[in-house]
Amino acid sequence: MTAGPADRTHEREVGRARARKEDAHLVTGQTTWTDNISVPGMLHMAVLRSPMAHARIDRVDVPPALERPGVVAAFSGRDLADGLASMPCVWPVTEDIVMPDHPPVAVDEVRYAGDPVAVVIARDRYAAADALEAVDVDYTPLEPVLDLEAALAEGAPLVHADKGTNRCYVWPLTTGEDWDAVRARADVVVSRRFLQQRLIPNAMEPRAVVVMPIAASGEYTMYSATQIPHIVRVLMAMVTGIPEQKLRVIAPDVGGGFGSKLQVYGEEAVALAVARTLGRPVKWTESRSEGYLATHHGRGQIQDVQVAATRDGKLLGLKVDLLADMGAYLMLITPGTPLLGAFMYPAIYKMDAYAFTCTGVFTTRTPTDAYRGAGRPEATFAIERMMDELAAELGMDPLELRRRNWIRHDEFPYTSIAGLTYDSGDYEAATEKALALFGYEGMRAEQQERVRRGDPVRLGIGISTYTEMCGVAPSRVLRDLRYAAGGWETANVRMLPTGKVEVVTGTSPHGQGHVTCWSQIAADVLGVPFEDVEVVHGDTRAAPQGMDTYGSRSLVVGGTAVHEAAQKVVEKARRIAAHLLEAGEDDLDFAEGVFSVKGSPDARRTIQEIAFEAFSSHDLPDGMEPTIHADHVVDPDNFSYPHGTHLCAVDVDTETGHTRIRSYVCVDDVGRVVNPVIVEGQVHGGLAQGIGQALYEEAVYDADGNLTSGTMADYLVPSAVDLPEFTTERTETPATTNPLGVKGVGEAGTIASTPAVVNAIVDALRPLGVTDVPMPCTPERVWRAIRQARGEEDAAPTDRRPEGTVPTTGQAPAPSEEGLA
Amino acid sequence: MIPAAFDYRRPESVDEAVAALAEAGEDAKVLAGGQSLLPMLRLRLAFPELLVDVGRIDEMRGVREEEDALVIGAMTTHHDVMADPLVRTHAGLLAAATETVADPAVRNRGTLGGSLAHADPAADLPAVVLALDGELVATGPRGRRTIPARDFFTDYLQSALNPDEVLVEVRIPKAGNWGFRYEKFHRAAQAWAAVGVAVLVRTDGGRIAEARIGLTNMGPTPVRAAAAEAALAGAEGPEDVARAAQAAAEGTRPSSDLWGSAEYREHMARVLTRRAVLAAAGPA
Repeated sequence: MTAGPADRTHEREVGRARARKEDAHLVTGQTTWTDNISVPGMLHMAVLRSPMAHARIDRVDVPPALERPGVVAAFSGRDLADGLASMPCVWPVTEDIVMPDHPPVAVDEVRYAGDPVAVVIARDRYAAADALEAVDVDYTPLEPVLDLEAALAEGAPLVHADKGTNRCYVWPLTTGEDWDAVRARADVVVSRRFLQQRLIPNAMEPRAVVVMPIAASGEYTMYSATQIPHIVRVLMAMVTGIPEQKLRVIAPDVGGGFGSKLQVYGEEAVALAVARTLGRPVKWTESRSEGYLATHHGRGQIQDVQVAATRDGKLLGLKVDLLADMGAYLMLITPGTPLLGAFMYPAIYKMDAYAFTCTGVFTTRTPTDAYRGAGRPEATFAIERMMDELAAELGMDPLELRRRNWIRHDEFPYTSIAGLTYDSGDYEAATEKALALFGYEGMRAEQQERVRRGDPVRLGIGISTYTEMCGVAPSRVLRDLRYAAGGWETANVRMLPTGKVEVVTGTSPHGQGHVTCWSQIAADVLGVPFEDVEVVHGDTRAAPQGMDTYGSRSLVVGGTAVHEAAQKVVEKARRIAAHLLEAGEDDLDFAEGVFSVKGSPDARRTIQEIAFEAFSSHDLPDGMEPTIHADHVVDPDNFSYPHGTHLCAVDVDTETGHTRIRSYVCVDDVGRVVNPVIVEGQVHGGLAQGIGQALYEEAVYDADGNLTSGTMADYLVPSAVDLPEFTTERTETPATTNPLGVKGVGEAGTIASTPAVVNAIVDALRPLGVTDVPMPCTPERVWRAIRQARGEEDAAPTDRRPEGTVPTTGQAPAPSEEGLA
Repeated sequence: MIPAAFDYRRPESVDEAVAALAEAGEDAKVLAGGQSLLPMLRLRLAFPELLVDVGRIDEMRGVREEEDALVIGAMTTHHDVMADPLVRTHAGLLAAATETVADPAVRNRGTLGGSLAHADPAADLPAVVLALDGELVATGPRGRRTIPARDFFTDYLQSALNPDEVLVEVRIPKAGNWGFRYEKFHRAAQAWAAVGVAVLVRTDGGRIAEARIGLTNMGPTPVRAAAAEAALAGAEGPEDVARAAQAAAEGTRPSSDLWGSAEYREHMARVLTRRAVLAAAGPA
């Protein structure tokens, strides 16, 4: 048998910059992406999609496709309807929410360009793709529904005619004093309308699914590029009627998701149905441009925001009215996504009144759903932009305004006006550190100097002092929000006979580095080498219970479960060690993987030795179950609340509208850090995505509702050369709500950076009279904002872009039309 | 996406390539570096029945001198063009502009001839070769012919090449003593130029004696900014240049698309022309 070297000094793993265990196989191509999976007899599916945003389907004629070479079968929506239920939405946010039917393949009507109409099954992917053109479809065009406000008007064309309205729901949240009363006693009220453009998630790996049936036993194994194999299993069983115990879902290597794979897709259901009908394995892999049409989108909101304050800069209240673009159907958590932000608009600030409503609106566009940050980036953008606008209105430094209103470090725990209890934080410390790294005073001096000498390249400084809610989620809170499932997470820790360790987790990593981090956590608790730990995940048979990965939850909830399960292993091992050493359990010390009797250091057993004793079970305490394996399920009591201060300096060429980020400093407080390299990577990627929304990305539709930005050549995702060097630092204020003190880091960079960049651009141009630039702040939009401020063109929308995600109002309203009250 | 089915030939010589094209007629396309054609095939925007891959034809690669001109094989990659000492010496504008094309992967596959034959007005090199007064040499069943760049680009993605002709080389008059600048304005490093301005300037005694300006993405074809060129003759100092640059968008027909409205493009053509001319005329 093996035993760990007893005299090894064990450096704590948590906090070490361990290279990721996952990377060797990823970077050498020894991966199992779903699309790499190939089995004998496998057929390939291709999906015919609607070329129109809205149309009645008069006829779908699939038999001609069967004449094409290599084609085995073809199905219309009606052909598939008998075996498949409507696609599920698990978050009916209000009692009277409008929940339309959502067939995985359209039957009577198509409601977005890209809505599936038929599928062709062939012996290879090329044959399937070629045969799509042989399917004959007759459409009668219907009016598209693209403008959120017009969609709610009387007599508007309807996305779902049977529902009689495009209004999906209205969800209010009102806390504290009455908004109107607060508004009446305010010295200053500032109102703004912000547009959260629709974004297209760009995971490196597109969606893919492979279904392998065993016809004789009615069993199905489904590989899917998903973030949520456990949730997919439950819902696919419901949609297809396949008994849950006969369905195994595996998320093999998954190349990113950013929320786009926090979804249960119609193509997954159809692949199962086709495999059931034909009794043969079926694969479907989307192309990138297909994914742009049919993988869910993110954001898509109009935000009307008002802040009320005293003249000396005390915030009194906040009012937020959202119109949220649901798209054509409600997918997994479509209606709830904007509400994840509802609790975050008040952010780190104290105030007396908060009034929020969100109205969900159906449009004839790709459904929206979670995208990195999911509701919280929108909220953070709005409040951080408003703090800058209010500061400008008051003639105050935006940093000073924030200082006067944020929760001080000695006020934690603090229950925000939205009702969240922030357990810990230190906004002063993070801000001081960021200011020092950024050289704030020097930047301000240079900014003024450039204004003085009339430099056509202006300098702008943007601030974002954000917080967010992570670690989703306490199950009882989810119940109160009408979410159908819980927010717990599981772990199972097994010490094998040879002293090695398997950690089984219910989280489902797709790039995050769980294998490395869970190894670090388990190694510390068990006192075993990092290398001796392996992590099992993403297979409902091997890791049977889990709530999967999204919402910066995995470390906070799943990592805690690993920690607690490992503690249970130690306690079970202690019982055996005490028995073997003939000592009381309380008389044993446990350190660095060794049990020793207090006062008799030679009387000792390593945990690896105990693992073998448990395996042989020859000499266990009477009545003890012969195992030291342990399970743990964590249901968190609270969310976790990372925070930080981001500072951005931007050069803005007023002649061309071109912007260049010159300096970006962020100090994030994500609580205790398990692996600083992984945290750094999450921050960098998050910043890139947040900057992407600020400057580059937008799903653009034409007036007919067709996606114009339909390929990566048209939809700009910034690359490394487009981004500045990031200065990243941290403060560490441990969370008090979990034993690891961790808070989560998956979304922080994205949430914080978008307002930092836009605030910087507006700050640069404010001396010219500019008060907003709509996102993405393209050079032309910056140029037009300057011209409008100078009176060189009308404030009416002259930005002749095609119909946007949300109806554009062109530039922002005139500076604080309500102004000083 | 997945391209529709096509046949594929890879001839070893220009003559074989011409013969293959002649045989296939209108339904054949020449495949050079594939950086534009392959995406079009994958999006099913192009449906050729035959691809004639000229990537293995050695005689179509490389740079050589012929008296007052450089002769660049059409299949010379962007990377090889921009690294070539002769190009850097005698056609610095071409080297500088080529450095801005997309990213290293594209520059290692894409070719000068492929880019020109594709005739995309948003691509950088057509306007550059136009400003350089280049000539394009094509070979077809009726032999070789030389087409001046200003006659080559006929419409959006349309050139003077016949379907049975192969673009074999590009001839660039040496311009080693001209100042040059390529100003490319794009939203992200890998994005197309919203507007590009390629400038060559010959100065004489502190004045601009002659300027040649090619504009990228200011219409269905690359165009010369003829009015600005004329206005620049004799210009002395930044004010003269700025005044002349006001004419840069005259006669252009830019479109409005994701990268900018026509109005913005016209503005940018004027700004970038001024900047490019000042840089080209400045101390070299």
